[in-house]
Amino acid sequence: MTIPHPPATRVTAALARRGRWRLPEVAFWALALAALFLLPGRYLILNEIAILALFALSLDLLLGYSGIVSLGHAAFFGLGAYTAGLLARHGVAEPVVGLFAAAGAAALVGFATSFLVLRGSDLTRIMVTIGVALVLGEIANRMAWLTGGADGLQGIVMGPVLGTFEFDLWGQTAYGYSLAVLFVLFLLARRIVHSPFGLSLCAIRDNPLRAAAVGIPVGGRLVAVYTLAAAYAGVAGALLAQTTQFVSLDVLEFHRSADVLLVLIIGGTGYLYGGIIGAVLFRLVQDELANLTPQYWYFWVGLILVVLVLVGRERVVATLAAPFAGLLRRFGRPVREA
Amino acid sequence: MAPALRTIGLHKNFGGLVATADVSLTLEPGARHALIGPNGAGKTTFVNLLTGVLTPSAGRILLEGADITGESAHRRVRRGLARTFQINQLFRDLTPLETIGLAVSERQGTGRDWWRRVGTKGAVIGEIVAIAERFGLGDALEERTATLPYGKQRLLEIAIAFACRPRVLLLDEPAAGVPEAERHEILAAVAALPRDVAVLLIEHDMDLVFSFADRISVLVNGALFRDGTVEEIARDPAVRAVYLGEEADA
Repeated sequence: MTIPHPPATRVTAALARRGRWRLPEVAFWALALAALFLLPGRYLILNEIAILALFALSLDLLLGYSGIVSLGHAAFFGLGAYTAGLLARHGVAEPVVGLFAAAGAAALVGFATSFLVLRGSDLTRIMVTIGVALVLGEIANRMAWLTGGADGLQGIVMGPVLGTFEFDLWGQTAYGYSLAVLFVLFLLARRIVHSPFGLSLCAIRDNPLRAAAVGIPVGGRLVAVYTLAAAYAGVAGALLAQTTQFVSLDVLEFHRSADVLLVLIIGGTGYLYGGIIGAVLFRLVQDELANLTPQYWYFWVGLILVVLVLVGRERVVATLAAPFAGLLRRFGRPVREA
Repeated sequence: MAPALRTIGLHKNFGGLVATADVSLTLEPGARHALIGPNGAGKTTFVNLLTGVLTPSAGRILLEGADITGESAHRRVRRGLARTFQINQLFRDLTPLETIGLAVSERQGTGRDWWRRVGTKGAVIGEIVAIAERFGLGDALEERTATLPYGKQRLLEIAIAFACRPRVLLLDEPAAGVPEAERHEILAAVAALPRDVAVLLIEHDMDLVFSFADRISVLVNGALFRDGTVEEIARDPAVRAVYLGEEADA
């Protein structure tokens, strides 16, 4: 009736397969690196894509791996942006130091607010996350003496990255810097989601009731991942502040939280590349459509969103990109039925 | 030796509705105990109180002599109280391999490792293999759980509770909804549970109850109606009346 002795080696191999590097992944990062040298004149948008990708990656840790819906993730993005901006403005010009500070500040607030997000249903979580972002936005607005309020935080002067790479006018250093940070944090995220801790997050996402019933401390794990995702978003925000040398209230606004969710929905959740692929598509399509019909950009975004959600992303992708379906699978995206 | 599990005056009401009424029940170490009762008698509520899904309105729960009334659900599991669910509560998108692995590594205390890859701990692998064999899941280990046949899913329910290495195991209708052809596998798995684990079987199926249990408790309207050996309960006319849906008390 069953194989009497499933060998331990087979079990080990099956588990190891989860975390193996696949060729398309390597190719993807090679392409991203190649763009640093082959696409002069496109560095500004590439930099934006890398930052948006990191932001979406952080949301994927919450939504894709842990099942936590957030519509206020900009709270941590904005917090990181202001932290890095303020540090640079007050004399700490080294960008990497700013990244760590931004991650720390966002993690702290993420940890504190995680206890609000832990409880309740998806709707509660959506509302609470929106609420936290609104509160932070208003605080930034009120503390104009510190943040510059509606005028934005000006006078940010960045030193060279690691004392070596001077930021240039064309944004080559900016893109290289953001890409490097994205890659390092991607590696870390990849490591984490393939660990027992990461697997327990997937279990909580699938069924919190059962997760607790096999001894997984659901609350503790969610606090940990929420804090981690906040730190990631903080770093993304810091990158934006450092590479554009400007921070405005816009970094905390609702549309930023909504956009990043959109990016993740477009790219797909739960395989880490969704946020990155989504960011590429989102920014490129936005760029094209904005050139075509600047004032109707959100019309198209809205339309795409409705189609994606109603028809189902799997089916849209399968139809539009049948030739690439195999490729996507080889990125390690789990195949799920609706 | 302290009883494996003991409740003292356990009580739960939802507003005016009493779901569990002053239940005092004792499970001896290694017991084969069945909890029966008509639909809506509060059997599942009772299990949810024991496992920490619900908080009791009054009363205490002792696991091997230690008071666990205020403990969270996952702590109770670590202390040795595991359960299965009447309706499958599995991780749909994970494989049985990953599911059993999760339970094993949580019990071994390596579930929070965030830097080590899964599948690199020999102790976890060895135990996964042993459990998969025991429950006949060897050839289904790498399937996505949601696509498994229903009978296999029921077996996985028991397997992951077993993986927590419980001292007390609560089985909530383990064979519910399983097609006749796959039933014997479940019954065999239940019968083969280690003798030193106390088992509380919540069941409707009288054949299963009589073949498995030494003692039976009857729950009616949330309260303990009878408690006795299998023979005593089988002979009790009041139980028969309640259970067969006849007039119990006027």
